[in-house]
Amino acid sequence: MDSKLAIAKSEPIWNTNVRVISIIAGLIILLFALPLFGMNSFYLHLFIMIFMHAVMAQSWNVIAGFSGQISLGHGAFFGIGAYATSFFYMEYGVTPWISIFFGMLVSAIFAVLIGIPMLRLSGHYFAIATLLIGISFQVVFQRWDLVGAASGLWVTMTPEDSWSALQFHSSKAPYYYVFLIFFLITFFLVWLLSRSKLGYRLRAVRDDPQAALSLCINVSNYKIIAYVISAIIMAPMGSLFAQYILIIDPDRVFNIEISIIVLLITVLGGIGNVWGPIIGAAILVPISEYSRIYLGGTGGAVDLIFYGLILMIICIFKPNGLISFVPKDILERKKQR
Amino acid sequence: MTTEIIIQAIVTGLMMGLIYALIAAGLSLIFGLMEIVNFAHGEHLMLSMFSSFWLWSLFGLDPLFSIPITILLLAFCGIITHYFLIRYILKAKMLIQICATFGLSIFIRSIAQLLWTPDFRNVDKPLLEGRIEIGSVFIGQPQLYASLVCLLAFFGLYWFVTKTETGLALQATAQDRHAAEILGIPSNKMFAIGWAIGLGCVGVAGGMMANYFFIFTDVGINFALFAFVAVALGGFGSIIGCLYAGIIIGLVESLGGLLIDPSFKLLYVFAIYLLVVIYKPQGLFGRY
Repeated sequence: MDSKLAIAKSEPIWNTNVRVISIIAGLIILLFALPLFGMNSFYLHLFIMIFMHAVMAQSWNVIAGFSGQISLGHGAFFGIGAYATSFFYMEYGVTPWISIFFGMLVSAIFAVLIGIPMLRLSGHYFAIATLLIGISFQVVFQRWDLVGAASGLWVTMTPEDSWSALQFHSSKAPYYYVFLIFFLITFFLVWLLSRSKLGYRLRAVRDDPQAALSLCINVSNYKIIAYVISAIIMAPMGSLFAQYILIIDPDRVFNIEISIIVLLITVLGGIGNVWGPIIGAAILVPISEYSRIYLGGTGGAVDLIFYGLILMIICIFKPNGLISFVPKDILERKKQR
Repeated sequence: MTTEIIIQAIVTGLMMGLIYALIAAGLSLIFGLMEIVNFAHGEHLMLSMFSSFWLWSLFGLDPLFSIPITILLLAFCGIITHYFLIRYILKAKMLIQICATFGLSIFIRSIAQLLWTPDFRNVDKPLLEGRIEIGSVFIGQPQLYASLVCLLAFFGLYWFVTKTETGLALQATAQDRHAAEILGIPSNKMFAIGWAIGLGCVGVAGGMMANYFFIFTDVGINFALFAFVAVALGGFGSIIGCLYAGIIIGLVESLGGLLIDPSFKLLYVFAIYLLVVIYKPQGLFGRY
């Protein structure tokens, strides 16, 4: 018994495949170097959107993929993050670097408040409740005068680029680095989470709540923890997005499309897998941006047609997402025995 | 605030509630049968309203007479949905099932937006028009007949499910798919029938509402939300529960709108949902 434990403890916790490590390191260096090659602002925007959506999808992945609770109104936390940061910045002049944490805090509080009654339930009840929550937030913010009601908030512009106000008007490159760093930090932390004790417990809750309960795992508490983590990941993206476009209104940041796209990216990439959201975002965001360029004038939401179609096709043919095409030995660390 | 206004609100709420009840009954039937929530239910309602509208505007057929065609179209739509999507995800995880029907809803809604643009339309001068005055309470005729037809359709559905042979076969499949198959009830056929009937109910509701409601591509979202709430409130899979739940929701919506603030209707319904689901998670008449 002890010897097996010793073997298990001696196993490295990361993937020891040198090829994989070098590929990941190379990609990170490449991402940092990309703006130096003089990318035009459209490509910078494209990458910023990919990073943002990858993190948003990762947030959904934590609640849906790890703990198995489907939230159909996850855009609510995006909007809360955006509003909290912009509101504190405009009213009290708090720098966005600090008010991002306000956004996270408010989101976490809301996640607890929503989670305590709702996560005792499971399955369809939770999905329907979150759908209602997503729309309720939009309704409330459309009529809340303190935060500008339906016309939203226009973030006060600084005259020139400023790191303290997180506003850059001359180039998108600083935004690129800010989003890139948030993206890397988030993925690293979620990767740690996925192989921590908490991560395994969340998956136990997802796969068999009754068995988990019999192992003294408090199922509803762990669901709430997952929901709060998920909200905390989502909120900064709203905050950064608000600083990026500098105008937020309820129809934009509480749009149900946000809740749809995070779900779609995760399911497309591979639900329950840390790397799924990257694949999903890298495929879907360019489709969305390009279809907006070439088909944007037609008036209809053409990209949404593709989204719906892709979602159905993935559900029918590849329920585990595109990540299931990647060979197993790249994804998982080698077993020592 | 006089008694008349409150009575007026109650009557309006009742009439709306009966329509919610029928829409929810279709949803509940499908859920009871295969434990799949049709997240595209609102979009199917939208399709039925548009079917009524186009039959009126292209062929001059009044919504009242085009209802049988709408029902058939929607039933056909249900069979197609089952054949091309649902039958592949019957054994999938719940998460995949939710994502698939959610994808269907996005697909239908955006196709409709592309084809018909998001404009608001309405049927001009339908046969059912005007209002009835009882004392000082006004009842719109189209609303009144819509709710009566929905109530009738609801009891028709209830009779069909509890009394006819096919209905009993549906119930058997809902209770235990495999045992029913051993007894010679083909579950795949039953599922297709279930989808056809479930969406047929939506066809009735949509066809009647086309008489007086604005018709646009996002019309289904609110109705679907209320239908989801009604199904959860009445208990997943219980058809008679939908009737009570639909009426409760209609009353809460209209009285809450009258007494507090009409722009937060959704929140009152949401509050009711939370209360019921917390204190009685299986719903009012739930099996689970």
